[in-house]
Amino acid sequence: MDGIHDLGGMSGFGAVEIERDEPTFHERWQARAFALNDLAMRVLQAYNVHEYRHAVERMNRAHYLAASYYERWLTGVATLLVEKGVVTRDELETHAGGPFPLSRPGAEVKAVGGAAAAVPRFAAGDSVIVRNMHPAGHTRAPRYVRGKRGVVVRVSRHFAFPDLAGHALPAHAEPTYHVEFEAGELWRDAADSRTTVVVDLWQSYLEGAHE
Amino acid sequence: MSDSRKREPAAPIAERVHALEAALAAKRLIPEGFLEKRLAHAEENFDWRNGARVVARAWVDPAFRARLLADGSGAGAELGFRAAGREYLVVLENTDAVHNAIVCTQCSCTAWSVIGLPPDWYKSPEYRARLVREPRALLRSMGLDLPEEVAVRVWDTSGETRYMVLPQRPAGTDGWSEDELAALVTREALIGVARVGLSSSAQGCL
Repeated sequence: MDGIHDLGGMSGFGAVEIERDEPTFHERWQARAFALNDLAMRVLQAYNVHEYRHAVERMNRAHYLAASYYERWLTGVATLLVEKGVVTRDELETHAGGPFPLSRPGAEVKAVGGAAAAVPRFAAGDSVIVRNMHPAGHTRAPRYVRGKRGVVVRVSRHFAFPDLAGHALPAHAEPTYHVEFEAGELWRDAADSRTTVVVDLWQSYLEGAHE
Repeated sequence: MSDSRKREPAAPIAERVHALEAALAAKRLIPEGFLEKRLAHAEENFDWRNGARVVARAWVDPAFRARLLADGSGAGAELGFRAAGREYLVVLENTDAVHNAIVCTQCSCTAWSVIGLPPDWYKSPEYRARLVREPRALLRSMGLDLPEEVAVRVWDTSGETRYMVLPQRPAGTDGWSEDELAALVTREALIGVARVGLSSSAQGCL
């Protein structure tokens, strides 16, 4: 989905503030929220990490930007546990003593018939173009590289295809690639000099630049 | 979901966390002590000081450095830092010619085993939006002014590979012990938004 989570290259954001000696967790509720996700995935096996990421992406846009990291975390966990029927929203709101905002429903995504190629189609040094795709569901191809040309710098490992795994559909593992883009290809006149961006992309996101 | 419900303010976040825990506990879905065990595990093991030790070893041991750059996961495991799950670690070497910096534009993925759970600034929309587009200006505003002749390589953690920067060893540290060197390394240097300097307190003061 072309969601608010896909922030790379967006304008209008201010300074980045570094906190000295930042602790792992600032508040105990953050640690509890962190551990609840572990419980849901490892013990209850209610969902996988791709579904979790997608549940956070589906948050209402204004809520997403206003929420802290662990509030987004909790919202993703709670949304999935409600959608999977483990708890109900009424139970959550009764215990919370007020509204418990959840993410918006996901798009219908269909399983893909036939096995995608597990053999690497590209090698280091190959020119590739990222498909100009706009799927309704989960994807890990950032908007700012779609349609852009880059060069493979490393053939990485095989990993489950997130566009299917994010919807609890059978997901094949396929090759991933570290693809390097010149800043000028991504940002044209606004590009920083002598700068490249390397993005980690699944094979299905790519086509050969000379095809 | 009624419209009236949407207009009311949400329950405080700590209450919502408690509510999810209470709803699960009421169904007896939380094994005794599980949450405490998991968060103690996170606080003990997901620590950027692990990465600082990896860097210090690489600075004093050329063979380890070569193994680290060839196979980050394997070399990290040599020091006892085993990644959670199938974390695939690639280490990025800073040189006089190239400076590497890491971001996750779509969420906040990090190499937990060596960088720890990510700090707030790394998770901020500001950092996620800006680093891929204007790295030189952003890094300068964070206290790292890179000379024009140094190329900048930004790594977006968009897939399952996890990255750690191997910063340059500061001059004037010949003969320093591994522990002394590790104490110079900051979390910011492991992500690539700072250099390692001789005064670690000054490094943290950005």
